[in-house]
Amino acid sequence: MHDPAIRASGLTKRFGDILAVDGIDLIVPAGRIVGLLGGNGAGKTTTIGMILGLLLPSAGTIAVLGEDMLRHRHRVLPRMNFSSPYVDLPKRLTARENLTVYAELYGLVDVRARIARLAEELSIAEFLDRPNGELSSGQRTRVALAKSLLNAPELLLLDEPTASLDPDTADWIRRYLVDYARMAGATLLVASHNMVEVERLCTEVIMMKRGRIVDQGATDALIARYGRHTLEEVFLDIARGRSAEDLPTAAQ
Amino acid sequence: MTGFVRPAQSTDPVILSLRRVRAMVVRYLYLLRGSLPRLLDLCYWPIMQMLVWGLLSQFLVTKSSFFAQAAGVLLGGVLLWDVMFRGNIGIALSFLEEMWSRNLAQLFASPLRAWEWGVALFTVAMVRTLIGMVPAALLAIPLYHFSIFDMGWALITFFFNLLLFGSAIGLVTSALVLRWGLGAESLCWAGIFLIAPLSGVYYPVSILPDWLVPVAYALPSSHVFEGMRAVLIDHTMRYDHLWKAMALNLVYLGLSGAAFLAIFRDARRRGTLLQMGE
Repeated sequence: MHDPAIRASGLTKRFGDILAVDGIDLIVPAGRIVGLLGGNGAGKTTTIGMILGLLLPSAGTIAVLGEDMLRHRHRVLPRMNFSSPYVDLPKRLTARENLTVYAELYGLVDVRARIARLAEELSIAEFLDRPNGELSSGQRTRVALAKSLLNAPELLLLDEPTASLDPDTADWIRRYLVDYARMAGATLLVASHNMVEVERLCTEVIMMKRGRIVDQGATDALIARYGRHTLEEVFLDIARGRSAEDLPTAAQ
Repeated sequence: MTGFVRPAQSTDPVILSLRRVRAMVVRYLYLLRGSLPRLLDLCYWPIMQMLVWGLLSQFLVTKSSFFAQAAGVLLGGVLLWDVMFRGNIGIALSFLEEMWSRNLAQLFASPLRAWEWGVALFTVAMVRTLIGMVPAALLAIPLYHFSIFDMGWALITFFFNLLLFGSAIGLVTSALVLRWGLGAESLCWAGIFLIAPLSGVYYPVSILPDWLVPVAYALPSSHVFEGMRAVLIDHTMRYDHLWKAMALNLVYLGLSGAAFLAIFRDARRRGTLLQMGE
């Protein structure tokens, strides 16, 4: 049996008096697309930061693709990647230069071929030689996505993957990501406020609130358990402190 | 999406490490290559400094028997001080580039290690220093009949010692910016001038107050500038100063590297790698 892509136990992060993540136990099975949902300050970004090794937990353990992130982070980093609209690529470098630098950092053997392939697949070829700072936010999102796919990661962490994209492009990107996960056998962990996106992309969701996991499960099952029609309604129930058991519609 | 083929990745750890260093060097050279103003800026200040101090030296030669014998002391001082300044700023500016572009999280979510980044920063600092210094040093030959290259291999030892010390200071100031954020950015520019009076760039260390002399000799730079004066005035190579400068540089580089890595680890604890930027 495969190791889960992510296994965290008692994962805690404290910033001074603020408890950002409160002892969560988290298992993300390999090969699934899982949504990480929660309002502002729920602890999603902090959790992703710890999974990436950019943040050291205050307590708890975390294993990614079978490796202990606290002790052997550099063994697993070449096999994972991430993209977030809150983290940029250098604006003065062209998209091609940025991708070249990161392709080298990930140790790709044929850098040019990989960039050419991603440029074609993500339709970024026409602006590859323009500085990142001159691209529209939608174009930058696609370049950032190309960067996150350079090493064909087994685990891809995505924070708001379709932010700034028009609905058509966003839909196209979502289809691409689903195809990628299926064909590469990759695991995707998607943090998002866009419930429509999560419903379309993810087979499972993890709901966070105030640093804790308050509910999780298959997307359809969760919607049914709350007696709702959409994930957004479930999100609002959880955000407003209503559990599945409290809801009369769920009991029927 | 067409058929999936996983791209091949190198597996040799040494090759991978060298490629990551090269990737970061290339990243900073892309910046220079893409901007003529940046390239000109690198050369502009060393040339201006050389012109002003060269004129002052010419004036002093006519007024002072000391300068008549050692006309190159001021020009040598100004050119070598700029090596140290450029070494410092070369590290700090490259570091600040990552802060300004909010790229730190991307970099350290990749397989890049902090020490590999440090090696890349040092390499880029050396390239930036050479780009800045060589035109000024060459211009001094026809303008003032002073060739710093006449110092021969001694110049190479002075150059590397000052570059190493400037880099050590650059690492420390960069670490302080990582700890306190871009509000501490001015340290990157101004920090090095704290040690300028103690380094004896334009005067012998012996003119400092007695209690400051041991402090000055605890800096590699003061040994380099004493060594430079010995070459230009007495035409002798002071190996004692050279060895002391090298030994002190090893100590300072070790300390600055340890400080940088400790603050980098602290940044992972505090979450600043995810937050920093303009």
